[in-house]
Amino acid sequence: MEKMTNAKRQTLALLVDNEPGVLSQIARLFSRKGYNIEAFAAGATENPGVTRITIDVLADDPHTELLCNQLRKLYPVYSVKWLNSENSIYRELMLIKVLAEGGEQRNDVMQLANIFRAQIIDVSSTTLTLVVTGDDDKLTGMANILSEFKILEIARTGVVAIERGIATINDESKERGEFNYGKNVL
Amino acid sequence: MRLVGSEILMECLLEQGVDVVFGYPGGTILNVYDSLVKYKGRINHYLTAHEQGASHAADGYARSTGKVGVVFATSGPGATNLTTGVATAYMDSSPVVFISCNVAENLIGKDSFQEVDSTGVMLPITKCNFQITDVDKLASTVRKAFAIARSGRPGPVFIDILKNVTAEEAEYEFVPREQHKEKGLLKAIYERDMPDIQKPAVDEEDIDKLVSMIKESEKPLLICGGGVVRGRAHEEFNQFANLIDSPTAVTVMGGGGMNGRNPLVTGMIGMHGSQASNIAVNECDILIAVGCRFSDRVATEPETFASQAKIVHIDIDRSEINKNVRTDHHIVGDAKEVLRLLIERLDQQDHSEWKKFVFSYPTETKYDEGGETLNPKQLCDTIARLMPMDTIVSTDVGQHQMWAIQHFHFDYPGQLITSGGFGTMGFGLGAAIGSQIGNPDKSVILVAGDGSFRMNCHELTTVQYYDLPIIIFVFNNQTLGMVRQWQNLIYHKNFSQSDMDRGPDFVKLADAYGLKGYRVNNQKDLEAAIEEAKASGKGCVIDCILDIDEMVRPMVGGGSHITDFMRI
Ligand SMILES: Cc1ncc(C[n+]2csc(CCOP(=O)(O)OP(=O)(O)O)c2C)c(N)n1
Repeated sequence: MEKMTNAKRQTLALLVDNEPGVLSQIARLFSRKGYNIEAFAAGATENPGVTRITIDVLADDPHTELLCNQLRKLYPVYSVKWLNSENSIYRELMLIKVLAEGGEQRNDVMQLANIFRAQIIDVSSTTLTLVVTGDDDKLTGMANILSEFKILEIARTGVVAIERGIATINDESKERGEFNYGKNVL
Repeated sequence: MRLVGSEILMECLLEQGVDVVFGYPGGTILNVYDSLVKYKGRINHYLTAHEQGASHAADGYARSTGKVGVVFATSGPGATNLTTGVATAYMDSSPVVFISCNVAENLIGKDSFQEVDSTGVMLPITKCNFQITDVDKLASTVRKAFAIARSGRPGPVFIDILKNVTAEEAEYEFVPREQHKEKGLLKAIYERDMPDIQKPAVDEEDIDKLVSMIKESEKPLLICGGGVVRGRAHEEFNQFANLIDSPTAVTVMGGGGMNGRNPLVTGMIGMHGSQASNIAVNECDILIAVGCRFSDRVATEPETFASQAKIVHIDIDRSEINKNVRTDHHIVGDAKEVLRLLIERLDQQDHSEWKKFVFSYPTETKYDEGGETLNPKQLCDTIARLMPMDTIVSTDVGQHQMWAIQHFHFDYPGQLITSGGFGTMGFGLGAAIGSQIGNPDKSVILVAGDGSFRMNCHELTTVQYYDLPIIIFVFNNQTLGMVRQWQNLIYHKNFSQSDMDRGPDFVKLADAYGLKGYRVNNQKDLEAAIEEAKASGKGCVIDCILDIDEMVRPMVGGGSHITDFMRI
């Protein structure tokens, strides 16, 4: 791949067939074209046969467009939306386990948790485990601050995103029609 | 009716109208081969010498007939031997359904004998692929696979069937292909639970816009790409070009999409494009490309390609638009349909001045006449003159391929069978075999290089066994000519590992396979050999000796401006 100078974090939302092998096909397309996936989240939708995938990738705008086009071409892909940060909402969930042995440490962690609206979901004699949701900035911010304690483990889901207002990934557009044209039978 | 999996597979092939299969048996696919006996006469299986040969044969069959090619192979090495053929079909959008069987369910995932993750291997080189683990889904998956292979932009589809599935029983009802849609059997594709999957009509506004762009243009150029061939849109394309009165360049894959003798043809375009084509690209004010993807061999330098022109791209695959060059207008649709709509709205244009300019440059490369040895053009011209006009020409990859495309005239889709996108040496013989089987009433020739021919010449056994009257011309320059040409021009004549200064003797080789061989190094012997070969009605090898230093001319270096012709 050519060098990209204006690469930034881009978020793509996809609707794909809920079939074995499809996720690897999608993931493969990114590595095949030379992109590294920053985050990948997949889950069920309102439609039982369809999975929604949200992918964060580092790329500039022209390459992101190319990537979307290559994704749209894949047979199991119904829809690809390149989300725009201004009119989309992003959320991610993080579990974070910190070492907190003394009463003072525990208090400090609990106060920080409060500020970030995190909840304590597990307590042991030596550890606290928190859950927090938010966008990337918030989760990274909280992890940074908690790093003054000893962080034992972090698990993040990868970001999911949805557009504000009435707009959805299913919206018709001329472009979408054009992509589906070639997938049609006879 | 209850049938076992392997019989359901046979019935599904019959539903599709398939009567020809190429392949090679092995452990996991033996149930299928067992059923072949029962379907003898209805499904004709051609056994090749190697799975790669079978893959190219099915590809050549598909390209030359417009039907879907079918291949059988066993698991493990059988499947991996197909891969070069699968990728070749993928790059050139050829509809082939590749079917292999994998180890039985209880052995999957255990690194069992001849087990490989075949669908994983095929992932990046197929349009779509399926593994069938449940006999109840066998028929529906095969139907879907065929529909996908031939729909939209065609391409290869791979199906991997677990061995146990081929032996298990299921309920099956025969439904001819034409009824698949109305009976709801392709529902998964048609509706996909999504509202907008139905084929939209071509956008009339887009058409009107192009019509007015054409009317404003004084210096139009058309590019005929592989999409015209795959879409069998040659009649419409010729009519369109005539109406606009536009010079027309033809890509490697576009050969046969435009009548090769139409005086509007400027010849090949790109790296080995004619001067007329490449200069016209640079000078035109509108460039209309139909079914072409502006590969690096056509748009050698994408940033400056057709820099004075508005670029208009007509293609069935939306993901090709703006992929390699930036376009000013595009129409997504089937070439035949789009061209028909355009023709309806256009009246006859006249571009005599512009044509005079374009055709002041050569459309074909000239060679010194009357030398002792054969030159490439003389060789092609002689073959073309002595063979029937509608002869199907299959090629391998290298200089001989370029010469064949430069000097033969192709008049209809499927007349030129060549590996344009993947550039697969060793493609030609298998492809010629498939073309001959698909077109028993036509003459088929192979134009091979000595290097390429060596790669898969074991398929001579297939030519002999099935008594295929393919005339094989080996353009024998005793070198990997195209490699030598690059070494000559770019690598300071450092001819590293490109000499073919070794056997076999192709005449003796032909003989070993029970075929007649000829060696010719002059016009008279060449003519005599062709006449004898034609009269015999048998396959044969004509070893045509050429000078080691012949070059393909003109040439534009990769990454260079399209008119930056090298001095050769
Ligand atoms: C399978 C494969 N390996 C290597 C190449 C690279 N390659 C392209 S052209 C060429 C030389 C072809 O030689 P030959 O078949 O003798 O044809 P000629 O160029 O001499 O006409 C080679 C090695 C290729 N295209 N395909």
